Amino acid sequence: MNFRHKHIFLLPGLLVLIGILIFPILFTVRLSLSSWDSFYPGLDFIGLENYIRLFTDDLRFWESFLRLGFLSLTTVFLQYVIGFSLALMVWRDIAFKRFFRVLFLIPMMSTPVIMTVIWKTVFHESLGPVNDFLSLFELTPLWLSNDFLAKITVIIVEVWQWTPFMFLLLLAGLLSLPEEAFLAASIDGAGPIRKFIYVTFPLMAPISIGAIIIRLIEASKIMDTVYVLTSGGPGTSTETSSFYIFIKGLREFQMGYSAALSFTYLVIMIISLTIIAKVLVRVLMKQD
Amino acid sequence: MHKIYLSLKYGFICVWSMFVVAPFLWALSTSFKDFQSVTSGATYIPWLQFEPTLEGWRVLWESPANGGVDIAEPYLNSIIVTCLASIISIILGTLSAYALSRFTFKAGFIRNNDITFFFISQRIMPPVVLSIPFFIMLGFLGLLDSMVGLIMVYIVLLMPIAVWIMVDFFNKVPREIDETALIDGCNPYQAFFKVVLPNSIPGMIVAGMFCLIFGWTDFFFAFILTFTEVQLLPVRIVALNSSITPWWSLSAAALISVAPLIVVAFIVERFLSKGNLSGALK
Repeated sequence: MNFRHKHIFLLPGLLVLIGILIFPILFTVRLSLSSWDSFYPGLDFIGLENYIRLFTDDLRFWESFLRLGFLSLTTVFLQYVIGFSLALMVWRDIAFKRFFRVLFLIPMMSTPVIMTVIWKTVFHESLGPVNDFLSLFELTPLWLSNDFLAKITVIIVEVWQWTPFMFLLLLAGLLSLPEEAFLAASIDGAGPIRKFIYVTFPLMAPISIGAIIIRLIEASKIMDTVYVLTSGGPGTSTETSSFYIFIKGLREFQMGYSAALSFTYLVIMIISLTIIAKVLVRVLMKQD
Repeated sequence: MHKIYLSLKYGFICVWSMFVVAPFLWALSTSFKDFQSVTSGATYIPWLQFEPTLEGWRVLWESPANGGVDIAEPYLNSIIVTCLASIISIILGTLSAYALSRFTFKAGFIRNNDITFFFISQRIMPPVVLSIPFFIMLGFLGLLDSMVGLIMVYIVLLMPIAVWIMVDFFNKVPREIDETALIDGCNPYQAFFKVVLPNSIPGMIVAGMFCLIFGWTDFFFAFILTFTEVQLLPVRIVALNSSITPWWSLSAAALISVAPLIVVAFIVERFLSKGNLSGALK
């Protein structure tokens, strides 16, 4: 089915999106070639100087990248495992099925930045309930001012916030699986574990890949949590790429340099997400 | 064997449920405290461990001049901005998604999949990358600190979600529906509006719910692009997080901010259980 008015359906959305985005994108590229900062605001032209500085003289940026990789891969992995288990558990017969489904969705509906403020009070060193409980065992860890524990805290909050999204995507996938495959497996006498390994998991592979990629995209933007919870600290131990760009651009007003950071970041993200997608397809779909 | 499996299953569900509910319960308990009860250590049960007050809830409606927070106005702003941006995104996104699902486009090396990818790839951009050029662009257009400006930005944020969900949804709506309508003498527009659209209401509702969630929970753009005229709820609440955080009003405000989206959770669950979501989310 094809007709000459097909563009009338496509173009409004596409043009609005391009119309709003064309300036920001072009401007970022242009800005990255200038030395705009708080002393000399203006679009001069300094060539690739920002990029040279970025690749030769900015270890902090690359460290923040590694940290982002660590944080997002860990959180998405945990979210996938927990989300998949939860989805499997409330998929079939279970008491109060619908109640649990709603309950598991709720963290996703709460505003991350607001809930992070609440989490900050939960992990408060002397007045929070976590340390109140741990003090029974003579422990009072400094959750937000210890390099390692600050990362753990960020991971806990992210897992709490976004496992529901993974759960939702995977449960929707589980509910759409054809009944026949499971019947056939039952007739062949497969137990629950074998059914999972040979039927459910392979059938869920494409959905899993989609869900993991979507979550990786969203997790790579991790920013609100870090901003409120630790402000990148202690030191730079929870500083992610977004937050570093934020510091350079909107705290230190090195606009030109932060534009170069942004552009490099986008290129690396697109390349690495494509590679991750390819790897996942190979690992999860190898049974086919 | 079966018993062990069942107890593990319910055990895990219970632990996770507690983890999900814990921060909300803590916030609920904290919202009835005052300075005295907060600073004397962690307490949980009102009357037994501390004397509850309604102070935290009361200041939310007081104007800042009286030492209050006044979340009513940002609340309304948030609702208006989120709803308008979602509606516009759904309308434009549905039209584009229909085109991408039904017709073939060719422009040089660009095919349908590339256009779909272009839409969805907008989600890769972290807010911080876009916020600086948006700041300058909206300043140039005189739309900084205004609702129109925010809605524009939110459309960029939400339309990719609408397109992503609707393309998959339309791919599952059988083509025969359109073709029958065309054979019956409808023109393509009539076929879309009279036949296809009524059949895609569930998909649009799901897409709408997702837009509402991601619009309502955004913080960063509102934080950078508005100052005093149009403050959104998350910005107003996070502003409380200063050196001396009033835990009680913060907790009350957090609970109020979650409330409207609990309804969304119920609607999403309803579509999930009826099986409509499985077509829309894959």
